[in-house]
Amino acid sequence: MATQHSRSAARLMMAPAVILLLGWMLVPLVMTLWFSFREYLPLRGGDMGFVGLENYIRFVTSSAFWPSVQTTLVLVGGVLLITTIFGILLALLLDQPMWGQGIVRILVIAPFFVMPTVTALVWKNMFMDPVNGLFAHIWKFFGAQPVEWLSQWSLFSIIIIVAWQWLPFATLILLTAIQSLDSEQLEAAEMDGAPPLKRFAYIILPHLSRALTVVVLIQTIFLLSIFAEIFVTTQGSFGTRTLTYLIYQRVLESQNVGLGSAGGIYAVILANIVAIFLMRIVGKNLDA
Amino acid sequence: MGRIVLDKVKKTFGEVTVIPPLDLEIEDGEFVVFVGPSGCGKSTLLRLIAGLEDVSSGQIRIDGQDATNVAPAKRGLAMVFQSYALYPHMSVRKNIAFPLKMAKMEQAEIDRRVDSAASVLNLTPYLERRPGQLSGGQRQRVAIGRAIVREPAAFLFDEPLSNLDAALRVGMRLEISELHKRLATTMVYVTHDQVEAMTMADKIVVLQAGVIEQVGSPLTLYHTPRNKFVAGFIGSPRMNLLEGPEAQKRGAHTVGIRPEHITPSPTEGLWKGRVGVSEHLGSDTFFHVHLEGRDEPITVRAGGEVDMHHGDTIWLTPDESRMHRFDKAGLRIS
Repeated sequence: MATQHSRSAARLMMAPAVILLLGWMLVPLVMTLWFSFREYLPLRGGDMGFVGLENYIRFVTSSAFWPSVQTTLVLVGGVLLITTIFGILLALLLDQPMWGQGIVRILVIAPFFVMPTVTALVWKNMFMDPVNGLFAHIWKFFGAQPVEWLSQWSLFSIIIIVAWQWLPFATLILLTAIQSLDSEQLEAAEMDGAPPLKRFAYIILPHLSRALTVVVLIQTIFLLSIFAEIFVTTQGSFGTRTLTYLIYQRVLESQNVGLGSAGGIYAVILANIVAIFLMRIVGKNLDA
Repeated sequence: MGRIVLDKVKKTFGEVTVIPPLDLEIEDGEFVVFVGPSGCGKSTLLRLIAGLEDVSSGQIRIDGQDATNVAPAKRGLAMVFQSYALYPHMSVRKNIAFPLKMAKMEQAEIDRRVDSAASVLNLTPYLERRPGQLSGGQRQRVAIGRAIVREPAAFLFDEPLSNLDAALRVGMRLEISELHKRLATTMVYVTHDQVEAMTMADKIVVLQAGVIEQVGSPLTLYHTPRNKFVAGFIGSPRMNLLEGPEAQKRGAHTVGIRPEHITPSPTEGLWKGRVGVSEHLGSDTFFHVHLEGRDEPITVRAGGEVDMHHGDTIWLTPDESRMHRFDKAGLRIS
């Protein structure tokens, strides 16, 4: 990359990727920004010109806004909590030498390869259906009244579904991190008189901190945009309307593109706040 | 106190027997070195003593107490690992204090012990650093510090110097020997380097394939190796081993003569040969001499300034009183 010639050649070769990326990201973003300042009702008069910040004010003052933010945070937080805790436990378990290790590991990873829509449908119909679902049968077996998961425990149910889907990802990352731990460190701690729980707290957990931040960062970014699981199961009812789902409803159900776009911009800002916050933690962790 | 006795200790991994039943006594305050080629079971033996591996059969006694099934932490032994096994996310101070903290010692006592260990090992300026910010030798010292603060009955070292460069290794060798003199605690040290064994040990245990070939002081092993393996393993450069007529003449199957016990001469001697490669070390010169009718060259030590070159004819005279004789099974004939 030293000569003028090779540098310009490199630029030329990078150009297609850069242009594609810019187009892919910038065009939708700019269009969203544009629409967010306009009164745009496709079925009720079309594009009716600039309205300033009215869309933004209407979006946050709507009674649905704060509940949806709260739902989003509970959903993301709940899934993160379940996936990291069970991810660590599963990773510790899978790290133990056992018969059929390879197959077990593939089986554990499998849910990650199932499409979100399919995952949600499988859970909705096979497990959580109050009449034919597996859970209903178990409840009935013990003589209990089957739970109507998706209406009584709606948000919790969605958290379970999404956590099931993301658990393999967390497990996989944490498993590789555990495998990279020098076994002599654990032996040294054992000789130093640390019982298993303290070995976990003082040696394994600090070793995993970097992998954990990566898991939390990546999952947060993807979980903020959860949509299919809600669409397939509750359609946003019973307190499962996240910010993403609210924006969808504004645009497609209320046919108000301007209002939805304003919400989209809020979502972009929220995601960026989270990303900056997490980047700093990761940066701090990666320095050490 | 740190008297360790191994009584018919055996270790198998599945079908493979790594250490057939083995007896060994390590006296209190002794510096014992386990030495042998890689895969001879010396590290396994150390881990058995430490309790990191379970004994398949037999008994380990520490200070007269049966320790065969005692947890590693309760044996009163401290170990220094080959990779140092420092905790990377803790400062040097916390690393050294870790075993004391696990023992639920009072903070004031912990601080006192850590500070005194740090000053012994010249680590005081680095106490607040992380292991990642230290050099290899400093990390080594932290690992030793973590062992010292526990005031153990015995120290176990698993090839502690193999990750250091040559100059540092010589320095650390002296430091560990110095430490042993000062603490007068039992030390068990594993190495594949016979120079480390010779320079540091009170007692050397030579191992091959899990079997003890010989136990003795460095000079005992040097002067009267019990068999051909020990003869070839101890001493640098290796002892020359000759079979055939030269051995038969002396009533043995194999005879051994160390390079330093052969006198080279350009004019006269017992064996005639041709100079091959010569290694000039300044103080010494090692000639690899090719004798007629013998494939392997014979190593000979000469003074620093000897005027002989590649291809020259050379005469060698071995010192008959220093000749080692071995029978067909490789055992010494005294």
